[in-house]
Amino acid sequence: MRLPNRGLVDRSKRVSFTFDGTSYQGFEGDTLASALLANNVKLVGRSFKYHRPRGIMSDGSQEPNGLVELHRGTQITPNVRMTQQELHASLKARSQNHWGSLEWDVLELNDLLSPFLSAGFYYKTFMWPKAFWEKLYEPVIRRAAGLGKLSMQANDEYYEKAFAFCDVLVIGSGPAGLMAALTAAGAGADVILCEEDFRAGGRLNFETIAVGGQPGAAWAEAQIAKLRAMPNVRVMTRTTVTGAYDGGTYGAVQRVSHHLADAQGAPVETFWRIVAKGCVYAAGAMERPVAFRNNDRPGVMMASAMRGYLNRFGVQVGQRAVIFGNNDDAFRTAQDLAEAGVHIAAYVDSRNDATIKGDFPIHLGSQVSNVKGRMGVEGVTITGPSGSDDVMADCLGVSGGWNPTVHLTCHMNGRPQWNENIVGFIPKPGMIPGMEVAGAAGGTFSTHGCMKSGIFRAKEVLKALGITARAPRMPEAEDAPYRIKPLWAVAGKGRAWLDFQNDVTVKDVQLAAQENMASVEHMKRYTTQGMAPDQGKNSNVGALAVLADATGRGIPETGTTTFRPPYMPVSIAAMGAGAQGDGFAPQRYMTSDRRTRQMAAPMIEAGLWYRPSYFPKAGETHWRQSCDREVTMVRSSVGICDVSTLGKIDVQGPDVAAFLDFVYTNTFSTLKVGRVRYGLMLREDGHVLDDGTTARLADDHFVMTTTTAAAGLVMRHLEFVHQCLRPDLDVRFISTTEQWAQFAVAGPRSRDLLNAVLDTPIDNDTFPFMACGEVSIGKLKARLFRISFSGEHAYELAVPARYGASLFEALLEEAEKHEGGAYGMEALNVMRIEKGFITHAEIHGRVTAYDIGMERMISPKKDCIGKTAAQRPGLQGAHREQLVGLQPVGAVKELNAGAFLFDTDADPTAKNQLGYTTSVGFSPEMGMLGMAFLKDGRNRMNHTLKLVDRIRDVETLVVVCDPVFMDKAGDKARG
Amino acid sequence: MVKLTETSACAGLLPVSHSGVTLRELDATAITSLAPYNGAEKAVSTALKRAIGAGLPDAGRLIAGPKGCILWTGRGQYFVLGGTLPKLKAATTDQTDAWACVALEGPAASDVLARLCPLDTGAMDEGDVARSLIGHMSAIIIRRSDGYDLMVFRSMARTLVHEVETVMKSLAAQARL
Repeated sequence: MRLPNRGLVDRSKRVSFTFDGTSYQGFEGDTLASALLANNVKLVGRSFKYHRPRGIMSDGSQEPNGLVELHRGTQITPNVRMTQQELHASLKARSQNHWGSLEWDVLELNDLLSPFLSAGFYYKTFMWPKAFWEKLYEPVIRRAAGLGKLSMQANDEYYEKAFAFCDVLVIGSGPAGLMAALTAAGAGADVILCEEDFRAGGRLNFETIAVGGQPGAAWAEAQIAKLRAMPNVRVMTRTTVTGAYDGGTYGAVQRVSHHLADAQGAPVETFWRIVAKGCVYAAGAMERPVAFRNNDRPGVMMASAMRGYLNRFGVQVGQRAVIFGNNDDAFRTAQDLAEAGVHIAAYVDSRNDATIKGDFPIHLGSQVSNVKGRMGVEGVTITGPSGSDDVMADCLGVSGGWNPTVHLTCHMNGRPQWNENIVGFIPKPGMIPGMEVAGAAGGTFSTHGCMKSGIFRAKEVLKALGITARAPRMPEAEDAPYRIKPLWAVAGKGRAWLDFQNDVTVKDVQLAAQENMASVEHMKRYTTQGMAPDQGKNSNVGALAVLADATGRGIPETGTTTFRPPYMPVSIAAMGAGAQGDGFAPQRYMTSDRRTRQMAAPMIEAGLWYRPSYFPKAGETHWRQSCDREVTMVRSSVGICDVSTLGKIDVQGPDVAAFLDFVYTNTFSTLKVGRVRYGLMLREDGHVLDDGTTARLADDHFVMTTTTAAAGLVMRHLEFVHQCLRPDLDVRFISTTEQWAQFAVAGPRSRDLLNAVLDTPIDNDTFPFMACGEVSIGKLKARLFRISFSGEHAYELAVPARYGASLFEALLEEAEKHEGGAYGMEALNVMRIEKGFITHAEIHGRVTAYDIGMERMISPKKDCIGKTAAQRPGLQGAHREQLVGLQPVGAVKELNAGAFLFDTDADPTAKNQLGYTTSVGFSPEMGMLGMAFLKDGRNRMNHTLKLVDRIRDVETLVVVCDPVFMDKAGDKARG
Repeated sequence: MVKLTETSACAGLLPVSHSGVTLRELDATAITSLAPYNGAEKAVSTALKRAIGAGLPDAGRLIAGPKGCILWTGRGQYFVLGGTLPKLKAATTDQTDAWACVALEGPAASDVLARLCPLDTGAMDEGDVARSLIGHMSAIIIRRSDGYDLMVFRSMARTLVHEVETVMKSLAAQARL
């Protein structure tokens, strides 16, 4: 129910929203939780395991019960805490985890079966039969236990990532955080102030506490306005710092437009990485519940939340309230509620010696032992020195004391220490380098104490940065002591809840101890306590206190579980912002890309590059038709292919030849200027790293080519060799892949074509096979290499990339005159298989030079990387799988890459396999051809084997042959 | 005779502007990489001073001379923008066509970069040079008086423009909220 004239909501702005399809109204400044409570909606969700009806328990991000799905367009965001979600006009929230309606949840049956569903039940029950786990048990359990659902549509909303830097990061904007920020900002430091709530001020917004003679919330508002006006301060509300990492780095998630009906193109969330020289951590504290029978009924909430809804939102959660606590702070709730005219049916304090006075029944030395009512509180049982009494009530406020929010301070594996005075864990100094803990997060609970601590801690941080600071003026504020006596669980029958979000009871924790899951980490895993989205924020301390009791140890000896980032659930979409879909990696386009796409060529990815598969012509309905035509075209006339994607590394220096001799197996120092040589590179372990051609442009200048996908790898390898192994060699290298647009011109008419575009014609004498040199096209300097990857008479022509698009057009135009044209990767692949040339399909990282028949390329006259390692026993000999060619000989002609080879009479089992295919292609002249690695392959020439493809269910008889299928002498390329 | 025409790296993609931030392609300038050979740094620097009026800069810096400017680009490596180089005891390579070179300008240029680059680019002084990332792209970032010059591999021009423009639009939308 909404009370008039109270709270910080804007009553002039009404907001309509829906929850489970029903329309409600609230005000601007409401959360979904406060608006529903104002509309007297008590039941908001079903519990995880037993599907018990649940109501709102807290007023902050730790909320365990009030989780909803937000539906927007095609998207569903699950597990949103309704205590955080602001109202807006298109807010559509749905409750979670029920089968049937929220009121009539079929799976509430689980609650009746609870005697069978205690901790460890699944581990004990669903072990047999083994096969049933994946197929039956797990799906059924997942159906029953769960949280919100996803839409299963690809994310079409925008999320963002960002980086920020500051001198002082202040986490939390309560009294401590505000004073820390004012101190740091006043000293001239660059300050970022992060506040999880949409309104700065922390608890001051939820309390009636006065600061400096004005209401706390108003004071906080004024300080924030002051900070916002300073140029060295960035105030970030709706921003939760989720993790503390090395080097003063903090992760933070900002809810940019979750609170808006129309984001207008703004991101939903931004994931920040904040690098801070120092940090004041002022995240406050969270009130914890007490475990007693039926303490999870809708209408039972934290005492602080009960007065919080009243003070901040003007919402009265019930007509007849019972307050139950073990500390003085709980009494504030009774006072605030009574002042607002709520009937206090009873104030129950577990302490005998509490000195409290009020105009309502006060039960000292008493406890609430049970709650009546199923869908909402109808009454409570109070057990005191003189026995038990039932009291009629419709809401119950509970306070078991306050837990400092130590989470972030423990993210670098520090453990907090137990403090007897506040009966809670507090951080130890220095758990996060550069971080100082202020206010309630450090166990200081009074408003005055928090402000003082904020100033002091900020000065400490500034001191470490070499900045002297003056303390800002301290306003007057309450300085009440915090008095508490521990109370974790009320003894008695029935289930008493510890972890509301994961349905863990006192009995479950005791059972864990009984079954020797006595360490707190074992207890957590056995009972699942603390594993839900709230990560045990409400239950960790209570659960370990019960465990300590059950195992006869103290709380400090029992210790806490490990606190890990993130502090709050962070959407994967926010963490992966910018990397979705095409954002996964940069896309590299060749200069011929535009024209290639105009020719309707389907593109394939090679590394990050996009290359054409084939160039379809009118009437061609299958890629093979295009591919066959392109192969025939190159073999009979001329074809053009953009090969710019191959890595090009410019290598220069007085010792360049010696360096290349060291990285290549073969010799490059003997290569003449104006000539190209094929080279093979090994890794240090003796296996093949890469291959390619390298041209000598001058005595001290080479251009190395690498395969497309290995360009970065080879560059890294060269850097390593130069920096670590041979720093004595004076050599420099840089990538020139992007500088040159390079086109293969291949086929018997290639020279005719070139001579039509070159300013000065070439012939076989001036430009023989494996020659290279500078040429001129339209007076532009270009590079020409006579190399061939197709086996044809072929060249590669390179121009500076800005001329690439134009040259491609010119070459195509000329090619058409010779009935030639462009060819793509499919044709390129078929031709290189016909010629037996290898790619990374063959040199896949596990093969040696011996395996591919190139062991003689390892020069005996010099040392090179990998030479010695290649001679290790096991890397040569008949047991090695050696490169061979395959051709089908039976009725079945299909060859597939990745299929396995067997003797014709052998069972196709792993034990019998003799090798595997790496590349296959259809040669228009010779039919299907394959390249394969075969055990002792070079001695099995002309053997017939069985090729089995288990995936496509194909079995083909093949004959083993030389991997070079055509022009073994290489006459064509020399012609 | 064949007449080849030039196409710039960002042809048809730029300029774009949103909320006072502009991304435009820089005018083509000769780019030459320069890596002095062992022990030749001083001699190279002196020769460069004589030739273009600027010597080798410190790591992370750029020096502008009357006939060209030199920026640090990595370990023992520099780029010379403009100018004609004399014979030097250094490896020199033409890089003019290898880079997509753009200028990001406007008061909120730092905010745009803060969403793409993990460095504190807002703290860079004019003439500071950094090798870092823009999204997933390796980049050269130069601080100018009114923004930044960004250089990525030429083939990545489309991705660069797409990523920067996406952020520009997002910031414009956030400013409207």
